[in-house]
Amino acid sequence: MTERMSNREGLKGMANPTRYGLERVAYWLQRLSGLGLLAYLIGHIYETSSIVNGKVAWDKMLELTQTTQGHLILTLVIGMCVYHTANGIRVMLGQGGIGVGKPGQPEYPYKAASLNYKQRLCIWVSIALAALAMMYGMAVLFGD
Amino acid sequence: MAVETISKTPEVSLPISSDSITLRISRFNPKNDLSPIFAEFKVPIQKWTTVLEAILFVKQNLDHSVAVRYSCRQASCGSCGMRINGKPALACYTKISELNSNIVTVEPMHNFPIIRDLAVDFKQMFANHKKMKPYIIREDSEIASDTKEFLQTPEEVEKYLQFSYCIKCGLCNSACPTMATDESFIGPQGLAQAYRYVADNRDDGKKERLKIIDQSHGIWRCHFAGSCSHVCPKGVDPAMAIQLLRGYLLGFRK
Amino acid sequence: MRESIIMKIHYGTALGAVALVTIHILFRMTQNFSESLQYQNVIANYHLLPYALMLEVVLILLSVHGFNGLRVILLELKQGIVYEKLINYGSIGAMAALIAYGSRTILMAGMGMS
Ligand code: HEM
Ligand code: SF4
Ligand code: FES
Repeated sequence: MTERMSNREGLKGMANPTRYGLERVAYWLQRLSGLGLLAYLIGHIYETSSIVNGKVAWDKMLELTQTTQGHLILTLVIGMCVYHTANGIRVMLGQGGIGVGKPGQPEYPYKAASLNYKQRLCIWVSIALAALAMMYGMAVLFGD
Repeated sequence: MAVETISKTPEVSLPISSDSITLRISRFNPKNDLSPIFAEFKVPIQKWTTVLEAILFVKQNLDHSVAVRYSCRQASCGSCGMRINGKPALACYTKISELNSNIVTVEPMHNFPIIRDLAVDFKQMFANHKKMKPYIIREDSEIASDTKEFLQTPEEVEKYLQFSYCIKCGLCNSACPTMATDESFIGPQGLAQAYRYVADNRDDGKKERLKIIDQSHGIWRCHFAGSCSHVCPKGVDPAMAIQLLRGYLLGFRK
Repeated sequence: MRESIIMKIHYGTALGAVALVTIHILFRMTQNFSESLQYQNVIANYHLLPYALMLEVVLILLSVHGFNGLRVILLELKQGIVYEKLINYGSIGAMAALIAYGSRTILMAGMGMS
C-alpha cells in the first residue's frame, strides 16, 4: 500500500541492471558477487571445519565437494572473487573522487564526465579478468 | 493492467501532418483508483513535436482532465520530468522523433508519490535539498556597507558552476537504485547540491554539511552506479559531485 | 559509530583481504591443487604458525567486510528504527559468530587437537 502511494520502484528496480548503461550493470554485479562471496565464505568455513574431526571426516567432505558440481560452483566463486576485487578497487578509487572527471562548463549534449571511458574500460577489464580467471580455474579443477 | 482506449477523433482541424503516433498516458488518481490505467490517444506529430506538446495536444483537443505539470517548455523550470518509454526524461526536452517509436508511453517518475496522472509530489526532495543548507555560509556579508563583492576567478567559478545548473527536476532521484527502496536516503539531487556549496570558495559551511551527510542514510548509500548522471538533462553530473564530496570524508581531499 | 568510520573499515578490510586472500589461494597452487587439499598437507598448513595467524586475520577481515556489506544492502532495502537496530546488531552478532566458529577450526587444527 505505502509502496504504491510513494511509487518507489522497489526491489525490482534496484535489481534491474538494464536501462542505465554499463555503470549500473557494474553496480549490480558488485552486489551479486558480494552476496555470493559471503555465502561461499560461510560455506567454506563450515566445509573446512570438518578437519577438526580427523582424516575420515575431512576426506568425506572432500568427496562431497570435489565433484563436477562442486567444481562448477568453485569456478563461479573464482569469477565473482576476481570481478568483485577488481571492480571493488575501481569503486573505492572513484568514491574517493579519483578518476571521476573534473567539473567544468557543461556543454550540449551534456555528457556526464563521471561516466567516462576510463571507468567503462575498468569495468570491462574487471569482467575480462574474471572470465580469464574462470577459464584458468576450470583448467586446474577439471584438468587433473 | 487494464487499458482504456479512447478513440476520439480530434474535433479541431489538424495541422497538415503525415505522421501520427499513439500516446499512452498513465492515468491514476490515488483518491479514487486502485491502480493506474493507460489511456491511448492518436496524436499528429511533426519532426519537432516534443512529448510535452503531444500531451498538451491531448489536453486541448481530446481529454482536458489529464494531469501534467509544466511551465517553461524549455528545460529550465524542472517541472515536466516523467518516464517516457520507460526512461526518466523531461517531456519538453524529448522530441517524439528521437524516440523512434510509433507508440509513446508516458508514466509518472518513480520514487515520488503520485499526485495525479503524470504529476508527482516533490515535497521530500525539496525538504532534503533544504537540509543541505543550499546557500553560502560565512560570517561576513557582501551586503554590509563597508564590504565589497566577493570576487572569484573563472577557475574558482568552474569548480561549482555545473552543479549550480540543477533545475530540481528529480530525474536523478527517480533513476537512482538506492532511491528505489530507501525512503530515508538524501538522494543524488540533494547530495550534489551539498557539493555545489562546499566547492564554492566563498562558503565556510563545509564542516556543517559534511556532518549532515555523514549519516546512515546519507552519502554512503551511494554506490556510484551513475544512473543519476545518465539521466540528468542539464549536465550536472550528480555522481561526480557525490564522489568528490565523499573524497573529503575519506581523506582524499582537504 | 559515524557512518564514515564504518565505511572506512569496509574499505580497509577489503584492501587487507586483497593481499591475504591472494596468499591463501597461492598456497593451493604451491602443489597440484587436489594434492594441496590432502589431509596431511592441510594439517601441515595449519601447524605453520604464520600461516595459521594469517588465516585468522583473513577470517576477521572477510567476516567484517562481508556482513557489513550485507548490513548495507538490508539497510537500504527497508527502513524503521526497530528494523535498523536489528540489522545493525544482527550483523555484529553474525560477524562474531562466524569469527568464533572459524577460529575454533584454526585453533584446534593448529594445536593438533584433531
Ligand atoms: C578481496 C577483495 C575485496 C575487495 C577489494 C572488495 C571491495 C568492496 C567494495 C569497495 C565494496 C563497496 C561497494 C559499494 O560501495 O558499492 C564491497 C561491497 C561488498 N563486499 Fe567486498 N570486496 C572484497 C572481497 C569481498 C569478499 C571476499 C566478500 C564476501 C565475504 C565481500 C562481500 C561484500 C558485500 C556483501 C558487499 C556489499 C555489496 C554492496 O553494497 O553492493 N567482499 N566490496
Ligand atoms: S541533478 Fe540533474 S537530474 Fe537531478 S534534479 Fe538536478 S537537473 Fe534534475
Ligand atoms: S516544462 Fe520546464 S523543464 Fe520541461
